[in-house]
Amino acid sequence: MTTATSNSVDLTAKIPNNVGLSDDPKLQRALERWLPNYLEWWNDMGPTDFADKPVYLRTAISVDAGGWANYGHVKMPDYRWGIFLKPNDAEPTVKCGDDAGAPAWMDVPGEHRNSLRRIIVTQADTEPASVEQQRLLGHTAPSLYDLRNLFQVNVEEGRHLWAMVYLLHKYFGRDGRDEADELLNRRSGDEDKPRILGAFNQPCDHWLSFFAFTMFTDRDGKYQLAALAESGFDPLARTTQFMLTEEAHHLFVGETGLGRIIKRTAQLEKLDPNGDVRNQGGIDFDLIQRTINYWFTYSLDLFGGEISSNASTFFASGLKGRFREGRYEDHKAMTGTYRLPVVEDGSLNEKDVPLRNAMNEVLRDQYIKDCERALKRWNKTIEEEGCDTVLSLPSRRFHRHQGIYADHHFDPEGNLISEDQWEAGKQKWVLTPADNDYLLSIMKPCHEPGQFANWIAPPSKGLDGKELDFEYVKLHD
Amino acid sequence: MGSSSNTDVNVDFEVDPASYRHWKVSYDGAIARVAMDVDPNGGLRSDYELKLNSYDLGVDVELADIVRRMRFEHPEVRVVVMTSANEKVFCAGANIHMLGTSTHGWKVNFCKFTNETRCEIEEATEASAQVYIAACNGTTAGGGYELALACKEIYLQDDGNSAVSLPEVPLLGVLPGTGGLTRLVDKRRIRRDRADVFSTMAEGMRGKRAVQWNLVDDVFPRSKFDTQIAARCEAIISETTDLATGTREGVKLGKLGVEESDAGRKYSSVEVTWDDKARTATLTIEGPTADDVALAERGAEAMHAAGDQLWALRAYREFDDALLQLRCNHPNVGMIVVRAKGDAKRVIAHDAALVKTRDHWFVREVLLHMGRVLRRMDNTSRSFFALGDAGTAFAGNLLELALAADRFYLLDDPDNVVHVGMGDLNEGALPMNTGLTRIQAHLYGEPEKAEALTGRRDLLGPEDADEAGLSTMLLDDIDWDDDIRIAIEERVSLSPDALTGMEQNLRFVGPETPDSKIYARLSAWQNWIFIRPNATGPEGALTMYGRPERPAFDWRRV
Repeated sequence: MTTATSNSVDLTAKIPNNVGLSDDPKLQRALERWLPNYLEWWNDMGPTDFADKPVYLRTAISVDAGGWANYGHVKMPDYRWGIFLKPNDAEPTVKCGDDAGAPAWMDVPGEHRNSLRRIIVTQADTEPASVEQQRLLGHTAPSLYDLRNLFQVNVEEGRHLWAMVYLLHKYFGRDGRDEADELLNRRSGDEDKPRILGAFNQPCDHWLSFFAFTMFTDRDGKYQLAALAESGFDPLARTTQFMLTEEAHHLFVGETGLGRIIKRTAQLEKLDPNGDVRNQGGIDFDLIQRTINYWFTYSLDLFGGEISSNASTFFASGLKGRFREGRYEDHKAMTGTYRLPVVEDGSLNEKDVPLRNAMNEVLRDQYIKDCERALKRWNKTIEEEGCDTVLSLPSRRFHRHQGIYADHHFDPEGNLISEDQWEAGKQKWVLTPADNDYLLSIMKPCHEPGQFANWIAPPSKGLDGKELDFEYVKLHD
Repeated sequence: MGSSSNTDVNVDFEVDPASYRHWKVSYDGAIARVAMDVDPNGGLRSDYELKLNSYDLGVDVELADIVRRMRFEHPEVRVVVMTSANEKVFCAGANIHMLGTSTHGWKVNFCKFTNETRCEIEEATEASAQVYIAACNGTTAGGGYELALACKEIYLQDDGNSAVSLPEVPLLGVLPGTGGLTRLVDKRRIRRDRADVFSTMAEGMRGKRAVQWNLVDDVFPRSKFDTQIAARCEAIISETTDLATGTREGVKLGKLGVEESDAGRKYSSVEVTWDDKARTATLTIEGPTADDVALAERGAEAMHAAGDQLWALRAYREFDDALLQLRCNHPNVGMIVVRAKGDAKRVIAHDAALVKTRDHWFVREVLLHMGRVLRRMDNTSRSFFALGDAGTAFAGNLLELALAADRFYLLDDPDNVVHVGMGDLNEGALPMNTGLTRIQAHLYGEPEKAEALTGRRDLLGPEDADEAGLSTMLLDDIDWDDDIRIAIEERVSLSPDALTGMEQNLRFVGPETPDSKIYARLSAWQNWIFIRPNATGPEGALTMYGRPERPAFDWRRV
């Protein structure tokens, strides 16, 4: 059985979709029952106090290249959250693992039910989590342009939740429905019902963290989605393929947001007679570096263990591929090994791991490469502004809470250090409460069109061809 | 088979709190907290890491020590909270890589020992009014859930993530090996169709549904977990009445004095010698001395004051350690000759003194301990021949050793009259796990003979004993040496697997209890599955776990 999908989206339906929901009344009823719970969650946990303000949002009206970015002023609760899958391939196949090349599954194979459900629930859980983490940021936005970007990110995370909930409802029966309900019950940072993954329980209470989050943590999302886009479970592959188009904007927000802060910091450093950025109300490079160290490493954790039987099972079963699996020649990856340093008897030694067990590490490599590219761009900005600071990514072993390095201490260069050395160094390596206090003290809202906070440079151009002083969010009637 | 050798590991079963690597035990009046905190690098072998509170035999040896000391050293404790010091995981069960790389015999020994510890936890709850409750503050998987099932009550943290599960069948192609299945349906009385669903569901169940299915007794949110557990502890303390008498002053279990040599181990009242080439061992226990009897007859407080030097406790602790040494460190020894030396009258007198004061908590614990050691013998997969020759005293509690053995040879020599006899401990104080006394099991087809022996406290000579149905064979002094030699040589020539199966079939006559099922049924199936290609063959699920390849099954049902 295949799912009917088309490029056109039924926007008149209560739940906009291109999956022929009206032909599946049972599923439609189930999702319509979930809808009010979702809205209740959005009202409780979504962006505070901006529900009645029109925001210049893009909404997907079709899933082809031109149709998904349709702009207009919308109040967030009226945003058309819907279910969009990339249209069917002619004959989709399993992309990786033992069954590579076989026809893809249109339904969940019983033997993979457990793994697939786990993959989907873990991915789904991150979507509402980030909305929760960012719910207060609207009050301190450095411009209407940034405020709008925040809300765009928020509503799309909400839509990604819909995408995953659709899969749970349609393909996983009663368990799936229960899991969909649980997604609305967990809360980021909650003591009793935390979100599943660590980075999604970290506070994100100022804009430096927001940009770092969208730069580093959402980028993990990109790679996870890209790996799932290679899934042999066809509905999952097509859902994530469409989500990736939206995710690109989130990464743009993060990368350019941090880039603009970095540019402004360089300008302020030159402006101040003593080169004291804080004296000018800006964010100094050391603090930016600590932010990078903090969020980059929490995001590395999201890829899972370096040596992982789950990663092996997921790849072997064709449930999760590599980034751009199509570019590899060998889709079975039965024979290769992956060399990585492990801690043995107090020192780092290279160890060869079967390639399949190292699939998390393979994905992490691609992610790090992508982050390095952004760092290069930021350093070029700093150079162009005439400063000599060089920002860098810490070692992948530094400040880890998951995986084989989590139980040891490393400095940012990746050298094994003692607990005392860690305690002595951590103040200068990762975000401290004092950093947060300072950042909160300078985060004052800048809510007039065309104005930008002093600690961030304006973007090089507006959005959707609009000017920088366009009223991206209408705060006044 | 992917099995490395375990023979290079010599397991020491004697541990003490100062040496624990994997558990944190704390005491607060009537409440004890036992927190699992497994040291990943503290495994018995170095080729696996004990991640996520997973365990191997070494971890369980410490747990067994905790449970035993709780009863002797902390009689004031009424509630024991089993929990975890790990932030995310209560217990992930037996370490899979350890299982995957262990020999079959090692796996069996490991499962048997862990089962004995779980049964000991239940016995503490039922017989010693030390109630174990599981405070599952994280993922509770496989053997972790089986540990929880051994507790009287199970509480799970409701954090949207922590689940209880038995993933052995779907993930590993084996069974939950420590009584999990039996306890689901026999102890918690979970409907068998639901148990079927649960036991094939790798991710397990959490939250309210786990309560609805009676997999746990309740769930508490994380922020209220500790206070709810504390409240439950207080409630249990107020509900629990322990009628035992005596000052609740703990008795320290000191280190056993052992002289070790290549040929054996010599304790104060027990000696074991082995002949690895002949594949035999001799296990000798020396009955109480006149002083031992005199001390016991002075009453409970005197015995309490003697503590771990009381013969019944000291000798049985030694016997227990010897059994474990043979089981684990001498797999080739298939035949164990058992001798009980001493004076039959004294054993019976000693038993009488114990039974007379059994209301005292310490005496009760001594008796329960003796029972456990004897059941350990029942469950030991070696052939036991008890030899009642000159100087032996298979009477009272030591008669249990002869009845636990597969055969009891008795010497009929007018110049060296061997006496056997019933004592107060043969009539229910030291039950088998079937609930029968060993006399009842021994004379299962002749209950009138068992009846006739009840209440008899006189000593029986060889012919009377034989007549009463106690001995397997009566041999005169001329035949003794040759017949015994031949019987032993014949025994050690037979297939060890067939003998293990045969002995276990014959030893446990009569009814079944959950305990007897756990060993007889579940572990027999488990042991079969462990050697099947679908589990441990080159493409078996257990072999393949954590490897890049996926398992391949032989789909034919057997």
